[in-house]
Amino acid sequence: MVEKKKSGYWLTHLGLIIGVLFIFFPVWLTFVASTVTQEEIIQPPIPVLPGPHFFENYANALFNGVPEGYGKSPPVFKLLFNSAVMSLGISIGKIVISLLSAFAIVYFRFPGRKFFFWAIFITLMLPVEVRIVPTYEIAANFGLLNSYAGLIFPLIASATATFLFRQFFMTIPDEMVEAARMDGATPMQFFKDILVPISRTNIAALFVILFIYGWNQYLWPLLLTTDPDMNTIVMGINQMIPGGDDYGHWPTIMATSILAMVPPVIVVITMQKFFVKGLLESEK
Amino acid sequence: MEKRVIFKGWWLPFILVAPQLIVTAIFFFYPAGQAVWNSLFLPDPFGLKTEFVGLDNFKFLATDSYYRASFITTIIFSTLVSVFSMGLGLYFAALADRLIKGAGVYQTLLIWPYAVAPAVAAVIWNFLFSSRIGLISWYLGNFGYDWNHALNSGEAMGLVVLASSWGRISYNFLFFLAGLQAIPKSVIEAAAIDGASFWKRFRTIVLPLLSPISFFLLVVNIVYAFFETFGVIHTITSGGPQQATKILVYKVFDDGFVGQDLGSSAAQSVILLALVGLLTIIQFKYVEKKVHY
Repeated sequence: MVEKKKSGYWLTHLGLIIGVLFIFFPVWLTFVASTVTQEEIIQPPIPVLPGPHFFENYANALFNGVPEGYGKSPPVFKLLFNSAVMSLGISIGKIVISLLSAFAIVYFRFPGRKFFFWAIFITLMLPVEVRIVPTYEIAANFGLLNSYAGLIFPLIASATATFLFRQFFMTIPDEMVEAARMDGATPMQFFKDILVPISRTNIAALFVILFIYGWNQYLWPLLLTTDPDMNTIVMGINQMIPGGDDYGHWPTIMATSILAMVPPVIVVITMQKFFVKGLLESEK
Repeated sequence: MEKRVIFKGWWLPFILVAPQLIVTAIFFFYPAGQAVWNSLFLPDPFGLKTEFVGLDNFKFLATDSYYRASFITTIIFSTLVSVFSMGLGLYFAALADRLIKGAGVYQTLLIWPYAVAPAVAAVIWNFLFSSRIGLISWYLGNFGYDWNHALNSGEAMGLVVLASSWGRISYNFLFFLAGLQAIPKSVIEAAAIDGASFWKRFRTIVLPLLSPISFFLLVVNIVYAFFETFGVIHTITSGGPQQATKILVYKVFDDGFVGQDLGSSAAQSVILLALVGLLTIIQFKYVEKKVHY
């Protein structure tokens, strides 16, 4: 701050605290709703302080899903597992295939290199939502409905990561390759022992972004998983609200919402440095 | 830009690009091509055969009042989401940038909603505004306002905008904060010595220097509002009431999977493909030339 007025200093904090409250407020009430009983919720207003049913509600959600009489859902731990497989598959799969292809495009000259680069590059930014019907047909033809492969593969077909690694590889000094070649390293040794280790910050940054991207997918798992046991948690919550607000079992739904947020939020907060780097760089 | 020092060989690089090329070909180029191809055909009502109709699907969309309404809804929706989330993002970033100590703490407290799926945010906001059990609608009721977004299209739009923007504020905040921190303090100090007030400095120095990043964010937020908000619409309104929140990507889904009108749905996909392509090109042209931060 340039000036040193006390009032401005406190107003700045006040403004930010209001912002933080606005951001926290809906999640706080969600948490509260996940610790009370159904009766307390359907009789508005809901309380503003947590109730005593935290363990009971979360254990019920995790191991039983919604109680009988409120529709059907698989136990939430299954949904969490499916989401974890999907988002890890997408992030790791995408990082591996794009490290390899960026390595090939930057460090080799081969016929069609330019063409391959553009073929990959053109997929940048084009979301799966746009080509959803034909992608669904292909997945169905390959028998990928209700499978992890079906959840993962269509979503790793994008160039963001390849482009990012290419940009990074271009900044690595040529002397590194020269030295490696002088020492008799094969291309794959150079890749494994030099390129991957010095890319680890970028890999971590991309991992955070891709993990969140995969975890938060909605439309694709909604179409692909007709078997409730294959649902992911983000789309599974909506399946717990069968028709209208009166029929859902809200403590379970709200506990599931909290459980759906916790893994990606933990990833963002514990890897904050990489997350900020990844976000600022992957979008430019 | 090219590397001068490279490895020799041609079969190894082919093997290395193969996994990505195969995935891209199967799950990207083939479906995109299929969408273009399907958009030229009209399946008969029984799904027994399809008839080549050329550009008729597009001609129909051009005159279809529902499609035009969906277009307008999408423009209103994406403008509101962008303005709301960018405005608040900039506001919080400008405040955090004024702090010497503590900006990091606020950053942590403000960025985590980025990790919350739009569809989950939708479940939460829908719960708070539910006409029967929602806390906010209950308070509104006490003030004599009868909130019901299942019936009132303005309220439905307001709610999907709120639910879509809430987590997006974090994203805009981070970019604006990075942009603000890249502005040299000496420029600001010089203006302060000349007697320019905070607001004057903000308007005449900071905002112009932020214009490249703002433009970039505008494009990215529009793309976000076009596509990634599907879960919000599907959870809260399903496009209703009376199509009031049926954005283009929702209509592709609705016509293709619910209405089984595959020709029209494919034509709509092609139009969306063209729109995203256009936005991507605009952004890359712009990023190449202008963004310095």
